[in-house]
Amino acid sequence: MDLSKDLFEPVLRSEQSKEKSRPNTTYWQDAWRRLKQNKLAMLGLYTTIFIILVAIIGPLVSSISYSDQNLLEANQAPSSAHWFGTDSLGRDLWIRVLYGARISLAIGIVASLINLTIGVIYGGIAGLLGGRVDRIMMNLVDVLYGIPVLLYVILLMVVLKPGLTNIFIALGIAYWLGMARIVRGQILSLKEQEYVLAARALGASNWQILYRHLIPNSLGPIIITMTLAIPEAIFTEAFLSFIGLGVVAPMASWGVLSSEGVTSLRSYPFQLFFPAMAISITMLSFIFLGDGLRDALDPHARR
Amino acid sequence: MKPLLDVQNLSVSFDTYAGEVKATQNVSFQVFPGEAIGIVGESGCGKSVTAHSIMQLIAIPPGRYSTGKILFAGDDLLTKTEDDMANIRGNDIGMIFQDPMTSLNPVLTVGMQISESLVRHQQMNQEEAHERTVELLHLVGIPFPEQRINHYPHQFSGGMRQRVMIAIALACSPKLLIADEPTTALDVTMQAQILDLMKDLQSQFNTAIILISHDLGVIATLCSRVIVMYAGKIAEEGKAQDIFHHPQHPYTWGLLQSVPRMDATEREKLRTIEGNPPDLLHFPVGCPFHPRCSYAMKICTQRYPDKTMAGDGHSVHCWLQHPQAPKPQKEVW
Amino acid sequence: MDKEVYIEYTSLSNLERGIDNLLIYMVRRICSSVVVLLAIITITFLLMHAIPGGPFSSEKKVPPSVLKNIEEHYHLNDPLWKQYQNYLASLARFDLGPSFKYEGRNVNDMIYESFPVSFQLGMVSIGIAILLGIPAGALAALRQNKWQDYVTMFFSTLGVSIPSFVLATLLIYVFAINFRLLPVAMWEGAEYVVLPAVALAAQPTAFIARLTRSSMLEVLSQDYIKTARSKGLSQSLILYRHALRNALIPVVTYIGPMAAGILTGSFIVETIFAIPGLGRHFVTSIYNRDYTVILGVTVFYSVLVIGLNLAVDLIYPQLDPRIKLDKGQEG
Repeated sequence: MDLSKDLFEPVLRSEQSKEKSRPNTTYWQDAWRRLKQNKLAMLGLYTTIFIILVAIIGPLVSSISYSDQNLLEANQAPSSAHWFGTDSLGRDLWIRVLYGARISLAIGIVASLINLTIGVIYGGIAGLLGGRVDRIMMNLVDVLYGIPVLLYVILLMVVLKPGLTNIFIALGIAYWLGMARIVRGQILSLKEQEYVLAARALGASNWQILYRHLIPNSLGPIIITMTLAIPEAIFTEAFLSFIGLGVVAPMASWGVLSSEGVTSLRSYPFQLFFPAMAISITMLSFIFLGDGLRDALDPHARR
Repeated sequence: MKPLLDVQNLSVSFDTYAGEVKATQNVSFQVFPGEAIGIVGESGCGKSVTAHSIMQLIAIPPGRYSTGKILFAGDDLLTKTEDDMANIRGNDIGMIFQDPMTSLNPVLTVGMQISESLVRHQQMNQEEAHERTVELLHLVGIPFPEQRINHYPHQFSGGMRQRVMIAIALACSPKLLIADEPTTALDVTMQAQILDLMKDLQSQFNTAIILISHDLGVIATLCSRVIVMYAGKIAEEGKAQDIFHHPQHPYTWGLLQSVPRMDATEREKLRTIEGNPPDLLHFPVGCPFHPRCSYAMKICTQRYPDKTMAGDGHSVHCWLQHPQAPKPQKEVW
Repeated sequence: MDKEVYIEYTSLSNLERGIDNLLIYMVRRICSSVVVLLAIITITFLLMHAIPGGPFSSEKKVPPSVLKNIEEHYHLNDPLWKQYQNYLASLARFDLGPSFKYEGRNVNDMIYESFPVSFQLGMVSIGIAILLGIPAGALAALRQNKWQDYVTMFFSTLGVSIPSFVLATLLIYVFAINFRLLPVAMWEGAEYVVLPAVALAAQPTAFIARLTRSSMLEVLSQDYIKTARSKGLSQSLILYRHALRNALIPVVTYIGPMAAGILTGSFIVETIFAIPGLGRHFVTSIYNRDYTVILGVTVFYSVLVIGLNLAVDLIYPQLDPRIKLDKGQEG
């Protein structure tokens, strides 16, 4: 087949290969973008924010307080005057549920923060120091893991007496084990990374390394664990309140409200329905959000 | 003689969220009974996809066979149902994979993983399968087969595991064995042993072998014919002597030149092929190798080269073969 | 998954070495369990006896006859160390002491009476969790991103996040009160098991489904599944012999925590459904501040959970032949 001669001219290799580089996104931007794509997780996020806002603002703008009793209005079904109805002592349930939101959320968040702090410190030290110290510390964690935690939280509450601060204490010292393990695992793997070596070569001390390099990079799993720890704390508090070991009347956590609601289930089901829904929806939102975060922050899923 | 395997114009694409990835385009070749052919090329050139296609192991979404036929003993495998294919796999065609560490099921004994095939395809009962499995383990060079048959994969080293894989693949005496980078994950001494083993078994069983590798040395040990692939297309094909001693395609030259030589002086730089393999999502027009080819001509950027014969059974897809093309300045090879 | 520990075996001593390592592993696990048990007993003891203002301090007003029994059993006037020894001794005799609130009642008796009921309920719940959760999770994995997957995962997320007491009351409301299909409460026949077992099993079932699904997905993407396909094995053979065996390994490790969860879940479920089980006794004793009962039942439960964990740990190597050393060795 005859072709024109000039087709066989050599081609000069110019600066081809435009390196088709992607716009430079950071890890967090990438994760946020992925999270946004997850409808359920975003639903969880918005609901959580909504609940928090309502919990903070609601009681502030209301004229009634959670402990105002009005026996004449006891056990009323939901109406325009009382959005969620009233309980057996005539207290407005809407406000009590909102107040319960404050308490349950506070417990969830504070307890998680305490777990976080203890877990991060313990896990951080174990991971960073490594060797024998690590082995001993982790053996202790393994031993403690064998204990059925809820039983001991119950026992603690029996001994310490019910009350809000005691709940913080009990939850805080019981649930840090998982966080410690995760933090330690993260640090162990990150320790081997090269930038730690570089930082050491530049003379950074152990504390600096922990603070500046290791902890920010472990943030992903830490955030996920915290997000998933909150519903567990809320559930535990509800559980404790349900069996009478939680906050004390007239304080109204969701667990207490549910417990009160159960006794009047047949006659006034709405008294249980609203706090139960509140618990479920809150827990669901956190779990959807936590699941979404887990998928979004997975470093292997980068597109 | 009729070919055992006749691949005609095979084009496999993957539909991804980013677009269509053309893994292979119009790949055609034949394998005759008892012969060993090698497919060589860089990672991503489509050799694995071709191998997996023969066994129909490609996940169909997102994978897609856009054109072509795979004729095995006369039947087009692409038209077979899953059940029919299951009868062929492990029975008429066997396959061994790259990573022996992950290719064996950790919770099943090695004996079980071999005898499964025997029970499935040859209707053996437990005792017969057991006996045959011991024979096979012995055949592939595993010492103390009667004890080892009850051991788990983690109790074997990498080289041993690959031997077990070979035993599995050859259990039912298949007519064709596809070996996808069988030695890549092994160290050099084990490589040699495995290749020797394969040579032995090939002559014993008279199995045809398709050996896939990016390592020319491995191909040279075993194969009588070689296919060079680049970017999903066949660049050059021919008898092993022709490819190694009279290669015609610039890519093949690059591959051969990049093999470090024993007699090189210390000062010589290792030679590489500059540039990167093309993005299979956005396929370049013309010959896919032209961005990296020192001999590229204008026509190379415009049209894909026709197939030219450079000798008996030796075909090339390169515009340099065209009578009007200038001869390369230096004798490259 | 755990890091795999590769052991280079030479030819003949393989089998012997395998057995040796297994024995060492078992002994280790047993010792570890004993240590945990002792730790628990000690913690429990300290919590009850050593905290000022705690249950055994002298400010408590207790009926004299009960007080006498308690003193006999716990020797409250002895120094702490001796009390501890006594406590250990009585535990070794399986004697959990007298009730703090009810004269003439023993903790042991209360347990013997009520535990069988809880056991039945628990077993049914575990059965539901396993028989429903595993197939659901496997189905979701096999039909990933299709409707079976979405539906299963939606319900399992619900199951994990709706607390058992909410579910229990919901079930009662719908099935017992509204539709009158099933009894509201009590424990008098087979149909009384249904609602409480479902309420109790919901969370573990959901968790097992999620766990099975993610484990299956991981297993199905492994190379050895490809090898199995390349041998021409049938789909069901690959699924059951190759995939499930591997995928269920993490699920087995969940059995321990699951049992503990069902145990604690039983407190509420038995209370709501008025079931005469140990859980409800426990809750009542908490209301009554019957300290010795609380103490005794806690220890009893702990022994159960630890025993179960130990059993799971001992079975585990049978399922996963790679695990021959204690996991604590790694890292």
